[in-house]
Amino acid sequence: MKVHEYQAKEILRGYGVPTPRGRVTDSPEEAGRMAKEFGGRAVVKAQIHAGGRGKGGGVKLARTPDEAVEHSKKIIGMQLVTHQTGPEGRRVKKVLVEEALDIARELYAGITLDRAIGRPVLMVSAQGGMEIEEVAAKDPAAIVKEPFDVAWGLQPYQARKLAYALGLSGDTHKKACAFFVALAKAYVETDASLAEINPLLVTGQGDVLALDAKMNFDDNALFRHPNIKEYRDLDEEDPLEVEASKFDLNYIKLDGNVGCMVNGAGLAMSTMDIIQYAGGKPANFLDVGGGANEEQVKNAMRILLSDRNVKAVLINIFGGIMRCDIIATGVVNAVKEIGIAVPVVVRLEGTNVEEGKAILKNSGLAIIPADGMKDAAEKVIASLGGGK
Amino acid sequence: MSAWVDTDTKLVVQGLTGREGTFHALAARAYGTQVVAGVTPGKGGSTVEGIPVFNSVAEAVKKTGANASMVFVPPSACADAIMEAADAGVALIVAITEGIPVNDMIRAKAFLARPECRAANGEKPRLIGPNCPGIIRPSAKVKIGIMPARIHKPGFVGVVSRSGTLTYEAVGQTTALGFGQSTCIGIGGDPINGTDFIDTLTLFRDDPETQAVIMIGEIGGSAEEEAAAWIRTSLKKPVVSFIAGRTAPPGRRMGHAGAIISGGKGTAAEKVKALKEAGVHVADSPALMGETLKKILPGR
Repeated sequence: MKVHEYQAKEILRGYGVPTPRGRVTDSPEEAGRMAKEFGGRAVVKAQIHAGGRGKGGGVKLARTPDEAVEHSKKIIGMQLVTHQTGPEGRRVKKVLVEEALDIARELYAGITLDRAIGRPVLMVSAQGGMEIEEVAAKDPAAIVKEPFDVAWGLQPYQARKLAYALGLSGDTHKKACAFFVALAKAYVETDASLAEINPLLVTGQGDVLALDAKMNFDDNALFRHPNIKEYRDLDEEDPLEVEASKFDLNYIKLDGNVGCMVNGAGLAMSTMDIIQYAGGKPANFLDVGGGANEEQVKNAMRILLSDRNVKAVLINIFGGIMRCDIIATGVVNAVKEIGIAVPVVVRLEGTNVEEGKAILKNSGLAIIPADGMKDAAEKVIASLGGGK
Repeated sequence: MSAWVDTDTKLVVQGLTGREGTFHALAARAYGTQVVAGVTPGKGGSTVEGIPVFNSVAEAVKKTGANASMVFVPPSACADAIMEAADAGVALIVAITEGIPVNDMIRAKAFLARPECRAANGEKPRLIGPNCPGIIRPSAKVKIGIMPARIHKPGFVGVVSRSGTLTYEAVGQTTALGFGQSTCIGIGGDPINGTDFIDTLTLFRDDPETQAVIMIGEIGGSAEEEAAAWIRTSLKKPVVSFIAGRTAPPGRRMGHAGAIISGGKGTAAEKVKALKEAGVHVADSPALMGETLKKILPGR
């Protein structure tokens, strides 16, 4: 799960990670009052989940409270387009207004799971402001990594090593060490999957603060963090994906024209692949899971068909535990209830496959049966009247 | 060891009294697995279809000699169940559960890695999974997991996969071609797992029943690249592979917790390239895993 910058900073402050003074608001007048409170100069930052906000015009420096009002008026309600939002952009509902600080250095600090070693790793770089992937590609030696143990956290000697690597000294060095230890503690205790501070700011006075903050959380651990779960912003997610999540369906919207419904994540991904291999383009990823019932199958059909781009549907089920007759009944009922104007190709395999096929055949519906994945993909492409 | 499960495998099912636990324990028993015990704290003393239930794994092991475990415990308590099994001396722990927090798995894995953590047979306990279909060895009639037994057939292909249903796809294809399977192992779709590709490939290398391997990977992480490097130097048996997720968008988790391209890393293209360079025959389509294998096996 993703959260907004202001929410990430709220969480981090709870662990003693220093951030600039600031508050979130949806009112330009309030933004002006905050700027006044921070001494006149303030930074107005659009709160959306995507990165690259500055380049898209979503982050502005106000030199006076009036400017803060002006900037906020422009930013609140705008469709902010960044390299991560897609061309349609994302509507800005709120801005974070923060005190403008005196910038001496912009560094980078980020924590994520290193899957190869099975531990979190704290990475730092002196090239703050740049995306870490870009630094990794251009100058991998500029990134210093320190893996740490979730059981006992980042140790002070590890924090010192990182602070020295950044060329920090004196009081600033000490502050950076405290910052890293607190950041690591926040990462572990909140079950984060990412905690990225870019830039990590060193002020002219030698203070160390999180100028920006991005945090993602392990969905599987949200049950023990009800406060973080509250931060979920459904407006930042695709409406069809939100709808699917209500029925425990794993749906991801894509931009093709062949809708698909599959059981199992691996099979669902490779069904997308085989659609493309046959010359089509998948409209979605949809895993109905290993134990889907008739109701879920029906909802899955409804959701994938609400995507207007879908011109044909491929249902691919390898029923290990799931019985094919149940799936077939679900599909038939869904088609009868919703009414479907596009071709539907169904490939069934596994337990009670003969019964399942018979149900589809005897339904009187124009469902196209397929044998195996290859046949299914070819038939669905053929039904579009194109492809190879 | 040339097999992880054999005719002397005695299974305890953690979470036996739950719906899934009962269903799959009985299916495993029907296939031929010796299911000797179940564990559900608080339900010790009862039975499920003749299978005795105990309050702890230690008690189950002591009373029944169980040496393997199948874990159906819900995600929030599953890492604890895995550690309990290891502490009780169980040699093979198969965790089916999906949705365990990453930090819990990191702790469980560290627990198992402690030098003093030893199974009753003196070896390190092996964890398969979590979030996996389990392990099946048709020649020994042992199945620990949720795979449909019916599609399997004793034979010579070792199958290893991060995905459950794609494993069934490979099994279905190799059964249809008359090849059959030696052992099939699902290593799971989570970012942290107990057994990886290399562990399994090592088993297949040393297993006389296995003459060829199908390895099914997917986007996310670098386990396939590491396996490719190992195959290049250490495996002479033919390997066919398929990588799921060529069309997956970056930054999105594709169903499995571990199936995500992050920071441009973990793409299908990188994995396919590494495998091809290691001499692995990569099928372009999941429908062609069996056929690709048939092409490279002389005289079959």
